[in-house]
Amino acid sequence: MTTYIGTATSRADGYAKVTGAAKYAGEFDATALAHASVVASTIAKGRIARIDANEALSVRGVISVLTHQNRPRMASDDSAYKDDVAPKGSPFRPLYDDQIWFSGQPVALVVAEEAEIARFAASLVRVDYNQQAHVTHLYRQRETAFALESPTDPSQNPFAPPRPRGAAEPALAAAEMRHSGEYYVPIQHHNPMELYASTVIFESGGKLKIYDKTQGVQNVQRYVCSVLGMESDDVRVLSPYVGGAFGSGLRPQYEVVLAALAARALKRSVRLVLTRRQMYGLGYRPAMIQQIELGANASGTLDAITHEAITVTSQYEDFHRQETGWSGLLYKCANARYAHKLARLDLPTSCDMRAPSAATAVYALECAMDELAVALKLDPIELRLRCYSDRDQHSDRPYSSKSLRDCYRQGAEAFGWDQRNSEPRSMRDGAELVGWGMATGIWEALQVPITVRIVLTANGHAEVSCATSDIGTGTYTIMAQVAADMLGLPIENITIQLGDSTLPQSPVEGGSWIAASVSNGIATTSKAVREELLRLAQQMPNSPLAHATPAEVMLADGKLVSKRDGSRAVSIAEAMQHGGVERINQERSTTFEHAGPHAHNTHSAIFAEVKVDEQIGVIRVTRVVSAVAAGRILNTKTASSQIMGGVVWGIGMALHEETLIDHKFGRIMNANIAEYHVPVNADVQDVKVIFVDEPDDAINPLGIKGLGEIGIVGVASAIANAVYHATGKRVRDLPITVDKLQR
Amino acid sequence: MNRFSYVRVASVAEAVREIASAPPARFIAGGTNLVDLMKYNVERPERVIDITRLPLTAIEETGEGGLRIGALVTNTEAAYDPRIESRYPLLSSAILAGASPQLRNAASVGGNLLQRTRCYYFYDVATLCNKREPGSGCPAIDGINRIHAILGASPHCIATHPSDMCVALAALEAVVRVTGPQGERNIPFQDFHRLPGGMPEIDTNLARDEIITYIDLPSKGFAQNYTYLKLRDRLSYAFALVSVAAALEMDGEQIKEARLALGGVAHKPWRDIAAEALLRGREPSAKNFAAVASKVLADAKGYGSNDFKIDLARRAIVRALSQAAARTPQSQTDKRIT
Repeated sequence: MTTYIGTATSRADGYAKVTGAAKYAGEFDATALAHASVVASTIAKGRIARIDANEALSVRGVISVLTHQNRPRMASDDSAYKDDVAPKGSPFRPLYDDQIWFSGQPVALVVAEEAEIARFAASLVRVDYNQQAHVTHLYRQRETAFALESPTDPSQNPFAPPRPRGAAEPALAAAEMRHSGEYYVPIQHHNPMELYASTVIFESGGKLKIYDKTQGVQNVQRYVCSVLGMESDDVRVLSPYVGGAFGSGLRPQYEVVLAALAARALKRSVRLVLTRRQMYGLGYRPAMIQQIELGANASGTLDAITHEAITVTSQYEDFHRQETGWSGLLYKCANARYAHKLARLDLPTSCDMRAPSAATAVYALECAMDELAVALKLDPIELRLRCYSDRDQHSDRPYSSKSLRDCYRQGAEAFGWDQRNSEPRSMRDGAELVGWGMATGIWEALQVPITVRIVLTANGHAEVSCATSDIGTGTYTIMAQVAADMLGLPIENITIQLGDSTLPQSPVEGGSWIAASVSNGIATTSKAVREELLRLAQQMPNSPLAHATPAEVMLADGKLVSKRDGSRAVSIAEAMQHGGVERINQERSTTFEHAGPHAHNTHSAIFAEVKVDEQIGVIRVTRVVSAVAAGRILNTKTASSQIMGGVVWGIGMALHEETLIDHKFGRIMNANIAEYHVPVNADVQDVKVIFVDEPDDAINPLGIKGLGEIGIVGVASAIANAVYHATGKRVRDLPITVDKLQR
Repeated sequence: MNRFSYVRVASVAEAVREIASAPPARFIAGGTNLVDLMKYNVERPERVIDITRLPLTAIEETGEGGLRIGALVTNTEAAYDPRIESRYPLLSSAILAGASPQLRNAASVGGNLLQRTRCYYFYDVATLCNKREPGSGCPAIDGINRIHAILGASPHCIATHPSDMCVALAALEAVVRVTGPQGERNIPFQDFHRLPGGMPEIDTNLARDEIITYIDLPSKGFAQNYTYLKLRDRLSYAFALVSVAAALEMDGEQIKEARLALGGVAHKPWRDIAAEALLRGREPSAKNFAAVASKVLADAKGYGSNDFKIDLARRAIVRALSQAAARTPQSQTDKRIT
């Protein structure tokens, strides 16, 4: 029975958000709340020689200045700092010692009675350093980058490059057509609207109630406990609303440790809000140098792919994803070889950012495929159809569903692709050259173990809870939709609890895995609720459901109903009244078998139109069509918004985004959203989102795949390919700015 | 942001008295740039003088066929004033090419003249900057200088002036009226902003104890043949890589008078009167326009990442003059270049 699933239900939290009623981490209040401000390092590498906080401490209203020298005790072992999603290495420890790892690293924390006083006093803290030579330039570390080994057992490092398939080099040598290219994507930052913040409420007995900006309250809770040596019951982390995070909030960030440290040192509540510039000292999408070589048959089938990548990480951790594997997955190709190197720079550790690895790797692959199509004189869609893969070639399994062909067809139709003249510079609109480009997108359809609790009361209201987060994606809304359908109740009767570490277990919200996981968790727990109701209903005298089995009944319109005979029904209220229970409380955990018979992925086809002023080189993205195959769509409204957001970000990735580092200072210079360019309204014109049908009863009972990431994958390549089609120029390093078109 | 005292003044005379008296003070009107700079600790005034109540909020006829714009008129009010729209559409267009509606609603016309450069190093006190800390050095010269000056720079500073409005005011030969302890004086727009030379810390020729009261627009508004063409890294809400204010007075098929000012290329709105003179009595043609561009850019110098601006400016000058001649001014809403 689906009344809500698949509809364009408006956001449950929309009203609270637009009226300002929704409170974010930095907006919670407490009695005697103190305010903290970070002093950040101005050098990229070295040691702190001396910190002089006297002037800061002399400011009226300043309570304390914490440094590595006077902070409360913190754990000394690396393992204490390893959060749920930490990469290999030795995690960064804020205010731990005198070591400077990157410019912008917190070196002191000023706590004051007011935020403005703290901020002012922070500017008065004098820090002297013993500076050491730093490197922040990826190309300068190209030679010293170290290779990631591919273990025989992929579970040893699931993000290492896949083992090679066939023999790529001989196949390349024998190929009738070859294309090779080097592609570059610079460092990019997440720039969520909401600033990173923690409000730590110091409660009686020294317990901490922490409002933190995060994508994983339980991850932060465990991290704070282990770093500060606290008992699990003494720390509660909440994050009811998150103003965007995009991966930057998967790992606990330093604001939460610093605020908690200060609260414990002062035995009072403390709030810390980072500045926009300080947020550039958190994670970032690693810059990536990629070399792709494709070998093809003249008829347009791929014989060989090699994909080599160098990505950026810090001096202390090895963050990477399986960037190169996408190439051997997306297209049918018997011979594939991958190589991935990490370059260490004096920067913070890179991290996940919207479609980590795929956004960058598929950009390069899809530009390379476009270049191959040009060389083969094939329509780019036709080339992709000839290389279409019905199996996951890494694991040699069929897909549970893959409607990418429909994406190509429906996307092309909506875009009007058949009107394209394949010749570059052949299409015009007045002074502008018109370019049409396309690309494919791919992402995973992962599911994670999760626990959902449902408390149903006799008046037909249900509270559904899980410690997941809603990072702005619509989790509150889809959870309510699924619960309303599964429990047969009006959506108004459903209350969702999330973003609280005391709720039933959830991993971090990321990777597009929460929608499918939590929805199926709700379905599983609802089944337990239904069974309990049936048990109660069957205890009633002359129960109309006396002989029904759990599989034979469903919940609809506030009643337990026989599927075979709709007249046989018992209302929830009746069943519970007769059973003498006021509430039914069920909690179930669900797990998933990723090594099952099928592989699961989402796909998309993106079509972009650009208009480029021939004389000046100004690029406008006038149209984008994104056709997405992502299983069953839970909510067409929030899903469209997700994809549209991904397209907008893809426009930014193609044309605007770049973190600028001055390598002399080892310092990010455009650390604000005036100078770090993301698309503004004028840059976003006609964006059309299509969801193609993709029934999938093998992935999970509800057929859900999730679509947080897929929206961005491939967009930058579709635009880059369109720019080539318009101008005849291949710009292989992003962003494509006016100066690069002039070269 | 440092601690500062705050005072609100009721008259121009009082404002001048306040600014002239120690300690270091700044006027605040819209605050759209000053407050940011204070938050970054770049500006550290000990005293902030609120001038928003001064009676400088009107746009009036000058009696000589021009308009007098009060320094506290907002950017939005100026841009949408029907007299400015009809008689000085170049000015209206340039204002609308800048910032965002929210910023234009807050920003004053006088403050627009006094906004500081957007050089990354100027904004970051963890780095060096001759404009911020005289004598400390200019890391932009061999650093990140994609947005920096190609004309009139010095070995001490290659920053640019960020205003769009000022580029149009330079082309229109506006006059800045200021009041100081000695009374009023007029500063021709061309002389208002200065080149960095050896003292990049000084942006303008406004004395420390003077206040801008009005901007006077001469009668000639070039309302027929004009354009403001702004090129930037996204289609709105970004500072100009290169912008061009072009205005022509036509006499039949011939150009009687040409005005040309560039933004985003120098420490001040860049006008080249000798280059403008090349067009006098000439026909509007690509060849003639290219000759003007060559003249304007004859001494242009890049610093690496901004080398492309020289060629971009050349193309932009030709295009802007063509737009002005064809009476197809650049729309500030449709981002397509006409």
